[in-house]
Amino acid sequence: MSDVISSSFVRRDLLAERPAPVKTTGFIGLMRTRLFNSPTNILLTILGALLLWFTIVPSVKFLMVDAIWSGRDRSACLVENAGFAVGACWPYIQAKLPQLIYGFYPEAERWRVNLTLLLAAVLLLPLLVPRLPAKSLNAGLFFAAFPVVAFFLLHGGGIKGFGLSWTAGLLQLFDESILGAGQALLSLSKTSAIAPLLWVVGSLVVLLGTAIQWLIFPLTWLRDYIQGTGQPVWADFAITAAIVCLIAFVLGGGVRTGGRALASSIGTFIATAIVIKLMDLDHGGLSIVATNLWGGLLVTLVVSVTGIVTSLPIGIALALGRRSTIPLIRIFSIAFIEFWRGVPLITVLFFATYMLPLFLPGNFTVDGLVRALIGIALFTGAYQAENVRGGLAAIPRGQSEAAAALGLSWWKTTSLIVLPQALRHVIPNLVNSFISLFKDTSLVSIVALFDLLGSLRASFSDPKWSTPSTAFTGFAFAGIIYFMFCFGMSRYSLFVEHRLNAHRRN
Amino acid sequence: MSDPIVKISGLNKWYGEFHVLRDIDLEVKKGERIVICGPSGSGKSTLIRCINALEEFQEGEIVVDGIELGPNLKHVDAVRREVGMVFQSFNLFPHLTVLDNCTLAPIWVRNIPKRDAEATAMKFLERVKIPHQANKFPGQMSGGQQQRVAIARALTMNPKVMLFDEPTSALDPEMVKEVLDTMVDLAEEGMTMLVVTHEMGFAREVANRVVFMDAGQIIEANTPNEFFAAPQHARTKLFLSQILR
Ligand SMILES: Nc1ncnc2c1ncn2[C@@H]1O[C@H](COP(=O)(O)OP(=O)(O)OP(=O)(O)O)[C@@H](O)[C@H]1O
Ligand SMILES: [Mg+2]
Repeated sequence: MSDVISSSFVRRDLLAERPAPVKTTGFIGLMRTRLFNSPTNILLTILGALLLWFTIVPSVKFLMVDAIWSGRDRSACLVENAGFAVGACWPYIQAKLPQLIYGFYPEAERWRVNLTLLLAAVLLLPLLVPRLPAKSLNAGLFFAAFPVVAFFLLHGGGIKGFGLSWTAGLLQLFDESILGAGQALLSLSKTSAIAPLLWVVGSLVVLLGTAIQWLIFPLTWLRDYIQGTGQPVWADFAITAAIVCLIAFVLGGGVRTGGRALASSIGTFIATAIVIKLMDLDHGGLSIVATNLWGGLLVTLVVSVTGIVTSLPIGIALALGRRSTIPLIRIFSIAFIEFWRGVPLITVLFFATYMLPLFLPGNFTVDGLVRALIGIALFTGAYQAENVRGGLAAIPRGQSEAAAALGLSWWKTTSLIVLPQALRHVIPNLVNSFISLFKDTSLVSIVALFDLLGSLRASFSDPKWSTPSTAFTGFAFAGIIYFMFCFGMSRYSLFVEHRLNAHRRN
Repeated sequence: MSDPIVKISGLNKWYGEFHVLRDIDLEVKKGERIVICGPSGSGKSTLIRCINALEEFQEGEIVVDGIELGPNLKHVDAVRREVGMVFQSFNLFPHLTVLDNCTLAPIWVRNIPKRDAEATAMKFLERVKIPHQANKFPGQMSGGQQQRVAIARALTMNPKVMLFDEPTSALDPEMVKEVLDTMVDLAEEGMTMLVVTHEMGFAREVANRVVFMDAGQIIEANTPNEFFAAPQHARTKLFLSQILR
């Protein structure tokens, strides 16, 4: 036995690690194996180095070495005073920073913008980190509660009623438009050649309108009664809360299983009440800051975040509609997508801003920012629809067949099986559209909204800061800001893609 | 054991102008195991896909456990709840773990609480002998394992009838056996099964009846012994001589 063990084939002590004969690690190794290992690579390395030299060096020189870091007005950034060819004029950015962030938002109210941004960050960041718990509550707060709170924070103003009044108002508006159309037909029938037909149709429409009027009469009466009481908001709130909680309870399964639905809807209403009270919405709320005073990064963020959050659902709905077997839905989706894709965004914005008001009925006005928002959301939605459709097409038919064979309905198959897979396939394309949307928000400056770039351009005209390098400094600053946001989105999308595609790595 | 659980009568189906199923009549009794074979393109897949309404048809009637399925496909949901299906290409949901694959339908179709659904799923995964892989994704498993998960997934819905469409043709030979063994176990427990397959060994061992299809028709149906020993039809003889060479 001992002979075998002591035989010379068995090593007694471990060998010390020995460096490789040709260096394969570290900088030298990198040069040897990656950068200079073939004539083409040598050429490419030299070209790359030259490119870096001609871009990085001047940028650093402009942004840092030759930059002016402090001063009170333009004189600090002039060659005569500095004594050398001046690069970036940073005191100008410092002086204009509030305008670049808030636009003309009144100084005394800027805490509202800060609070909104803080809320957004507090709600969004945990949503982005997969490890943190309570995702559905977090998502609900960010996508449902936050937009409402942000609106009342940024815009201000209060509410005069609640769910019941709004429903009644909406139904009444709807009914009035039906009645109006009927009356228009009737008056047209006096002069037209097909008078009898028009008269019949008109009478029917008026009849329908009147019927609806009677049908919603209890609701409108209740609304008027509530508005007559001393506390219209709270009376309406109580009634709405009671009705909604009851519906949630019944839909949730009644006495047996409805407890959870009841509890969560009561919780939602309590939270809503607290928000209403905190922001004093029942007494007019915060003072109103009209959207034409908003500007700078605030507008850029509002437009892009709204666009990003609304365009994806629109895109998904359109993409599903385009694959629908119901001809009407399919034709509508195709027409909608092709229309928005065929029109440049600038045209959309011009149309929304200057022409839409001409078509809307007289007493019905929509805020300029909201019009731009709707235009951008629909425009991006059409693009996202095509992205999503690409993902849907990549899902084999067997997937929905297997789901159908298990008894899942179309809605459940789509939302649980098809969409989750389809969206994962197209994350790069979706984020691509988001990034391009973020940059396209700068187009809103042509319709008199001052986003980051618009505010920047406006600040160029200030004689106090006009120097040869002002414009370059400003654009460099805006470029850095845009780059930070876009690069952040890009990196995050890579992270999500990697994580969600875990199942494809074997 | 006597009343038919699946009854197909006068079934006709066209793809455009192409008459793919012609006057199919077939009764399957409770607990019966039927193997369907025939040359490629003879309509075997189409036939069993009609039974759980994955394909629509133009004429005839299918009754599954007393539920009528006519050309208007009215009771699709009710029928699909009674019928489980296993596909040639597994069709597992790649973005869900094995366990989630097996609990999805019980939770979302039958409204079973997650905990109970998982317990049931584990029971069936044990039956197909892969309980320890429950948290893997389908893409991390071999074909044979995936097909066994697919069988477990169908079983979690407690189907009365199981349909198999060439469950082993996408598998390597050594994996065929593990899947067939699972199916034999299932047959021994008394499950009603309609199996499209070219595994004649399986047909001999398990089937009560072998049905031979050609050009959209059932041209021969017999017990396995008689079917293999004394095929009646010339087309059947040719097919058997090719497949049993
Ligand atoms: N969607 C379709 N449209 C038109 N023809 C089809 C369609 N699906 C199948 N067919 C045709 O119907 C016939 C029967 O197809 P089926 O898939 O049922 O054959 P099969 O017996 O299962 O064959 P295999 O053994 O190759 O799977 C084939 O000739 C096929 O070409
Ligand atoms: Mg087939």
